[in-house]
Amino acid sequence: MFANFDFDVIRRSLSYLFLDGMTFTLTLTGLATFGGIVFGTLIALMRLSGYWLLGRIAGLYVDLMRSLPLVLVIFWFYFLVPYIGQWLTGSSRPVRVGAFASSLVTFTLFEAAYFAEIMRAGIQSISKGQPAAAQALGLTYSQTMRYVVLPQAFRNMLPVLLTQTIVLFQDTSLVYVLSIPDFLGAASKVAQRDGRLVEMYLFAAVVYFAISCVASFGVRRLQARIAFVH
Amino acid sequence: MKRLRIMGLVLAAAFCAAQAGAEELAGTLKKVKETGVITIGYRDSSIPFSYLDDNQKPIGFAIDICLKIVDAVKKELKLDKLAVEFNPVTSSTRIPLLANGTIDMECGSTTNNPDRLKQVAFTNTHFLTATRFVSKKSSKLNSIEDLRGKSVASTSGTTNIRQLTEANAARNLGINIIPAKEHAESFLMVETDRAVAAVLDDILLASFAAGSKDPDAYVISADAFSKPEPYGIMLRKDDPAFKKVADDATAALYQSPEGQKLYDKWFMQKIPPKGLNLNVPIGAELKKAFAKPSDSPDPDSYKTM
Amino acid sequence: MNYHWNWHVFWEPAPNGTGTYLDMLLSGLVLTIETAICAWIIALIFGAVIGVLRTLPSKAGSWVGFAYVEFFRNMPLLVQLFLWFFVLPEILPHSWGLWMKQMSNAPFYTAAIGIGLFMSARVAEQTRAGITSLPRGQKLAATALGLTTAQTYRYVLLPMTFRIMLPPLTSEFLSTIKNTSVAITIGLIELTAEARAMQEFSFQVFEAFTAATILYLLVNIVVVIAMRFVERGLAIPGYITGK
Repeated sequence: MFANFDFDVIRRSLSYLFLDGMTFTLTLTGLATFGGIVFGTLIALMRLSGYWLLGRIAGLYVDLMRSLPLVLVIFWFYFLVPYIGQWLTGSSRPVRVGAFASSLVTFTLFEAAYFAEIMRAGIQSISKGQPAAAQALGLTYSQTMRYVVLPQAFRNMLPVLLTQTIVLFQDTSLVYVLSIPDFLGAASKVAQRDGRLVEMYLFAAVVYFAISCVASFGVRRLQARIAFVH
Repeated sequence: MKRLRIMGLVLAAAFCAAQAGAEELAGTLKKVKETGVITIGYRDSSIPFSYLDDNQKPIGFAIDICLKIVDAVKKELKLDKLAVEFNPVTSSTRIPLLANGTIDMECGSTTNNPDRLKQVAFTNTHFLTATRFVSKKSSKLNSIEDLRGKSVASTSGTTNIRQLTEANAARNLGINIIPAKEHAESFLMVETDRAVAAVLDDILLASFAAGSKDPDAYVISADAFSKPEPYGIMLRKDDPAFKKVADDATAALYQSPEGQKLYDKWFMQKIPPKGLNLNVPIGAELKKAFAKPSDSPDPDSYKTM
Repeated sequence: MNYHWNWHVFWEPAPNGTGTYLDMLLSGLVLTIETAICAWIIALIFGAVIGVLRTLPSKAGSWVGFAYVEFFRNMPLLVQLFLWFFVLPEILPHSWGLWMKQMSNAPFYTAAIGIGLFMSARVAEQTRAGITSLPRGQKLAATALGLTTAQTYRYVLLPMTFRIMLPPLTSEFLSTIKNTSVAITIGLIELTAEARAMQEFSFQVFEAFTAATILYLLVNIVVVIAMRFVERGLAIPGYITGK
């Protein structure tokens, strides 16, 4: 059955697949997770701030991002980010943004909407008595958040945040639509050039599966430990 | 980011002040001078114009031409160092990415036509090719009419898929058009029997058929969807200074013996990554277009008679 | 910003000869909805079966359910679609593969099944969560009444579960609609693909994507409002459904 297939094509392209492709995918995943959590936490704080306008803006942002397909958002940002850069810097021409930077902005802003909802749930899970006690001790709002609420919210939500990171890792494969060489993009370039779709896509599937499986197993272990400590 | 940009602006302003009196730069040239970087948009599989070699580096006839333009830009701006960056584009992303400054020129197999000239500009023509279809000999498809009611692949964002779409509507052919992201994918649709034919520029079809596992199994139609249309390097619109540098550089290249040598390198000799020789001698029309470089979108202006 | 806005472009004829650019986008929207509904039916059926399987006392059953969910959850949807579309026909016997590839609506069927199976793993998790969230007493009471396991599920557990699950299912259905756009990569000409095609033909990038964005938002709003009515109609007295 596999007689017509040439699995050697995988070995020949290993260094490209991993040194270029997987490095791109993992760097993007890592940085977008970090950025997404930071930005998402800010949005969650805006939503819970009690100021009508701030909450409204944050809510609209989250709803908008969660209503749109990622593929559409990826196209949007790849074409739009340079103009946003121009607007932000007041430059006379669109700011040049490379493929990686553009993807990073896209995934940070898109996933922030999902991270925001997780962090909001995390913050709401902290009993009201704690911020009240912090304020009684004379801590300001930002001190209360910084030293009391957020560390606990983050800790409680860690398994959910990590699960979302695995989703993000899988979602990065969609930059394929822009021909950007992430792991899947690299695999597809080799696949299409050599006419080896079956071999390359099977291999990509196995790699994604292995990484996601190991990661979600790790998250379950962590979840069990956190549950135990409580 | 913002601070960097402001610092860049301040530096640039200082630089400009120092050069006061010198001619004023605008558009792409100004951008290149300020950033020290020029970005080339390349294609994954426009063989032999712009594609990836075995080390996944962009190479090809159009890339070589663009590197000549880069040399000319460097000379024009009197720069010691000019970094060249490569950014992958597809047929559907190339025009927006050129407009938004992600790339400064697109080096591939882009047809120069009046529709596109409303959005972008082109340098002198570097090839002429007509839209045709490739199919397996065994499926015995000779004319466009034979595609009636069949599945046919083409690359989204190309003039080819537009001409196919228009022919489909005008002649009421009922063709099921499958859009692919890359030219290689369009051809693979035929190789794997997912589509009976792929509609692309004939030169690309010839290189895919020749590079396939069984080159003898394919035939390119005599029937064409278009006249031979010109390919050009795509530049931003309304940027006469940069276009002049690019036009002068390409004209000088095409008129010198080096132009023919460059053509032979990609069309008459073995090319990476598989050591394929396309064996496509230069046509009379292109020979004329090399002798008298032109950026006209009109196919008729390239006729030799 | 040297961009030429032209909002009239929607009323200009598209090159496919069947109408204007707006018609093109709307036909994409129809395909998006059709694909999403087919995928959703598959997701509900498979998801419910697998979800129930995971709560059964049988060890083998719950292991099969676990393996199923892990398989579909741990691969990007895009890769799964590639497996169904590019890989499967090549490793099947030649004539079967050929039949699959030459179906005229191959991208549609592949997308509906591929997205359906991908979403079914998530529906399965919701089903399992729903069943396990029911008080243990219900199952015990049913057993005490002499109901078999099948009857317990049919008459006691599942009717409750599905009503509890409605809010999370609404958001999974919305994900299904969004996920149809991934099928752009296997040649399905749904809404995002039509927006991209419109951009290529008319060069009006931002108008095309704005229109697609608005259409996706409208679909979202319609689904959310419709489901709110359904939830209200099916709410279990004394049970807090939703948040």
